[in-house]
Amino acid sequence: MQSSIEIDRTPATQYLLRVADTCLILAQRLGEWCGHAPVLEEDIAMANIALDLVGQARALLTRAGQIEGRLHDEDQLAFLRSERDYFNLTLVELPRGDFAFSVLRNAMVATWMKLLWERLSDSSDAELAAIAGKALKEARYHQQHSADWVVRLGDGTAESRLRIEAALSELWRYVPEMFDCDEIDEEASAMKLGPLWSDLKPDWQSEMGQILSEARLSAPKESAFQSDGKRGRHSEHMGYILADMQYLQRAYPGGVW
Amino acid sequence: MTTGAKEEWPLWEVFIRSKAGLDHKHCGSLHATDAKMAIQMARDVYTRRQEGSSIWVVPSSQIVANDPGDKDMYFDPAEDKVYRHPTFYELPPAVDHM
Repeated sequence: MQSSIEIDRTPATQYLLRVADTCLILAQRLGEWCGHAPVLEEDIAMANIALDLVGQARALLTRAGQIEGRLHDEDQLAFLRSERDYFNLTLVELPRGDFAFSVLRNAMVATWMKLLWERLSDSSDAELAAIAGKALKEARYHQQHSADWVVRLGDGTAESRLRIEAALSELWRYVPEMFDCDEIDEEASAMKLGPLWSDLKPDWQSEMGQILSEARLSAPKESAFQSDGKRGRHSEHMGYILADMQYLQRAYPGGVW
Repeated sequence: MTTGAKEEWPLWEVFIRSKAGLDHKHCGSLHATDAKMAIQMARDVYTRRQEGSSIWVVPSSQIVANDPGDKDMYFDPAEDKVYRHPTFYELPPAVDHM
């Protein structure tokens, strides 16, 4: 069996892996909808979003590997790290839940990613800036598509409203992690690699506020709970996702198709 | 995946223009609750391999079609009217490729 790789935890590498892993793990969760979405058309739409996220993750993992300088490629970084070396937001590793849960999470993450890509397109790292320029277009569509669903469900039937309200109260406690800052952000910001995540907060709150108000929902009070996925401390769900994702590369090292 | 026929969302016909200057071509149909959703679904279902640069959707219920039973009287009479094809004219070289 293939053993785990050791990564070099420099701030630049970690900063990139936080974004890359957020894309990667959300893609994995969205992929679980394939064949299960409420209608065929939405099934394809969800898979499209997942594939966009996989593409973004691949580009970022490749770049993170180059910056890390240990010759780790995208596959090794995606499949051969141990749990503590994944730095995604906890929000994206939560089980897919019902459709309301998934579209609200998509809207929250897409809004955040859009704001992040906007700023990363000015990165001092030309490669990252180019990845951001391409990903920004994708994130804008993800936001529009998911936000429309949030509005439809919030302003839909009694049942859909109950579901989206439940999703909102479940997901909101993972918001603080999107904006709290540490030395990784500060280093990244100092070298102009990318923004402090706290810089995204006012715009995110205003855009999410608009989506929620159109859906006749209101943002819950800010949670005191602090999730910590981006520092490698994950929820109990993470190990199961990694088992799914990693099995093949662990059992058949270097396997390609 | 599917809901009962009674609850099924309305059907829309999708037309895609592959690039500027060409006309929109019918490429299929899909179900959506309203026009906005139909456009998004069309984008996701029919343009994921770079097929399009513009999308039209039309409620299928708005399309009026001829009665297939009239096929004989509608279309067969054109069969022996070869003189309707302008193939007997010599084209000047300036209008080649017509």
